Amino acid sequence: MHAVVSIKQVPDTAEVRIDPRTNTMIRSGVPSIVNPDDVHAVEEAVRLKERFGGKVTVLTMGPNQATAALREAISYGADQGILCADRGFAGADTLATSYVVWKAMLRITRDEPVDILLCGRQALDGDTGQVPPGVATRLGWPQLTSVLNIEEIDFECREVRVQRLVEGGREIVLSRLPAVITCTRDLNTPRYASFPNMVRAARYQPTVWDKVALDIAEDDPNIGLRGSPTIVSKVWAPPPRQRPDAQRIDGSDPDRAAAELAAVLAALVPDRIAGGQPLAPIAISAGGEEEGPR
Amino acid sequence: MTAPAPTRGDAPLDFSDYRGVWVYVEHRGGTPAPVSWQLLGVGKQMADEIGAPVSAVVIGSQVRHLADEATAYGADSVYLVDDPVLANYRTQPYAEAVATLIRKYKPEIVLYGSTIHGRDVAGAVATLVKTGLAADATQLSVDPSQGNLLQASRPDFGGKLMSTILCKRHRPQMATCRPGVFPMPDRDPSREGAVIEEPLGLAEDDVPTKVLEFIPETRHVDLSNAEVIVSGGRGLGGPKAFEMLFDLAEAVGGVVGASRAAVMAGWIPYQHQVGQTGQTVRPRVYIACGISGAIQHLVGMQESDIVIAINSDPDAQIFRTADYAIVGDMFKIVPALTARLRRMQADGNGQGEADGLERGSRQRSQSVAKGRPEIAADGSPAEADRG
Repeated sequence: MHAVVSIKQVPDTAEVRIDPRTNTMIRSGVPSIVNPDDVHAVEEAVRLKERFGGKVTVLTMGPNQATAALREAISYGADQGILCADRGFAGADTLATSYVVWKAMLRITRDEPVDILLCGRQALDGDTGQVPPGVATRLGWPQLTSVLNIEEIDFECREVRVQRLVEGGREIVLSRLPAVITCTRDLNTPRYASFPNMVRAARYQPTVWDKVALDIAEDDPNIGLRGSPTIVSKVWAPPPRQRPDAQRIDGSDPDRAAAELAAVLAALVPDRIAGGQPLAPIAISAGGEEEGPR
Repeated sequence: MTAPAPTRGDAPLDFSDYRGVWVYVEHRGGTPAPVSWQLLGVGKQMADEIGAPVSAVVIGSQVRHLADEATAYGADSVYLVDDPVLANYRTQPYAEAVATLIRKYKPEIVLYGSTIHGRDVAGAVATLVKTGLAADATQLSVDPSQGNLLQASRPDFGGKLMSTILCKRHRPQMATCRPGVFPMPDRDPSREGAVIEEPLGLAEDDVPTKVLEFIPETRHVDLSNAEVIVSGGRGLGGPKAFEMLFDLAEAVGGVVGASRAAVMAGWIPYQHQVGQTGQTVRPRVYIACGISGAIQHLVGMQESDIVIAINSDPDAQIFRTADYAIVGDMFKIVPALTARLRRMQADGNGQGEADGLERGSRQRSQSVAKGRPEIAADGSPAEADRG
């Protein structure tokens, strides 16, 4: 069994602050993390390896700092890490990124067959979820997005059955292998790194592939900024909607606050509260005493 | 005339072959997703601005009725691929059907819902036709002075920033767009439009996947269509406290939502998440319990008609977006409110039924227009003698 996991290093958006004057992200001091969904993809690959034997390869495109993300994956039990790094890759949107990941997949499969490509469902920073479908389409592999559970996988018959999240429920899908699977956080609970793996990760040097290694020509129009149809033209901080005429309800007496709120709700959504009749039998403003409903 | 290839630099590009705004009609087994019609509404506005038609793309099996619906919701024409192979949504045949239509009829703009389904198909289509795809747009506009350039804006970096995405050198320009953000257009069943049918050209054996079963969500979380949402955040302190929100939601006929913090903590499943990385909602009433009001959350709920916030921290950000601000202990207030509503219901059952629904919808349009006037104008709670 050979599983490849495509991961992304992202800024921890919980820590990202915005410079209010320039509307740009304050990058300094913002920790980089492995995209949270991707951690679940690594975990799933390592579990497959533990069940079936074989190997887990982790792949990422990014600057040299992305080595840290590969090391983290190694610490969770991945066997090898590959960093696709080249100045020509900079500025890539999802289409150009999927091209490079696809090229890397071609190189990996040339050396040894791949049974499954696991990715996180979407990245914390861009939130697009577009790279895995792009890679799957380029590879001509089926894509199974938002997978909640791998129910059965058979590397002999080359079939996988998954449960995936869809609008209004879940769906059981049977697919040929190799396939691209995008992982949700429901799929598993990632483990903590074991001590030996942490030691190994700390010293691990990933394989680095540049354009030449990936068989990408110097003037290939599909990479980096040139290969990116989309550009970000404008960035601004959204003003939160203000509601200047807000009404305060004193919450120090819970029963009284509840009575006032019930009256508010009865007026706002009468059809929901009392079978169609707005009921407002409670004095909410005057006096201290509270009337019960009739 | 041939399709222009992407070029370097500022060489002028000729996109005169490309015309019209398309909307991908998402459905499950013939039941349409509301976002499809919402996008027809905004799609028509943009099409009018550039003097082009708006069209719907309907892919499926036995879905001709969706073509009629799309026409009723404003489509000037409908592209229909109807084939038994398309009975269930599957990426490959659906994406190839859309890509084939795009190559043949060359739309200028294609919009999809940024649902699981919409993202799944759009990502594949963009790769097949090699064009740009903006993700999860919450604002759309088109600039006729710049070659009908689509400006797709979206929250970024966890909702802390908005960015505008452009696709200058490729056509079509594509975007997935948030459900619940764009209003539903009027439905006019008397409208007429052309239906252009295309064959699929794929056999079942060409498709590498099979849908074996659909399991509807038992505790169904339909946040985007909910009229009342009771939402909980970090302040709840744990999963158990959500039970009181479910109780309140049941009492008001609502649905339970959650902030990202509560979902990340594992207190409640992701399907409940409201906000930038969850769902965008615009209910009549949004009750935020123990939610601090991070921008990531606000972008997902600030279009609610009325926001009621309960929080023990008087400085919580959520109060700035609230119409009703209750500083207090939600662990006491929420159960008390639920109990009170239940008693009111027990007492109110049997009084004027049908009238209420009509009344409710009227009130909704009022509240959308003016914010919060109906409390004073209509059955003011301060007038204690009603009923």
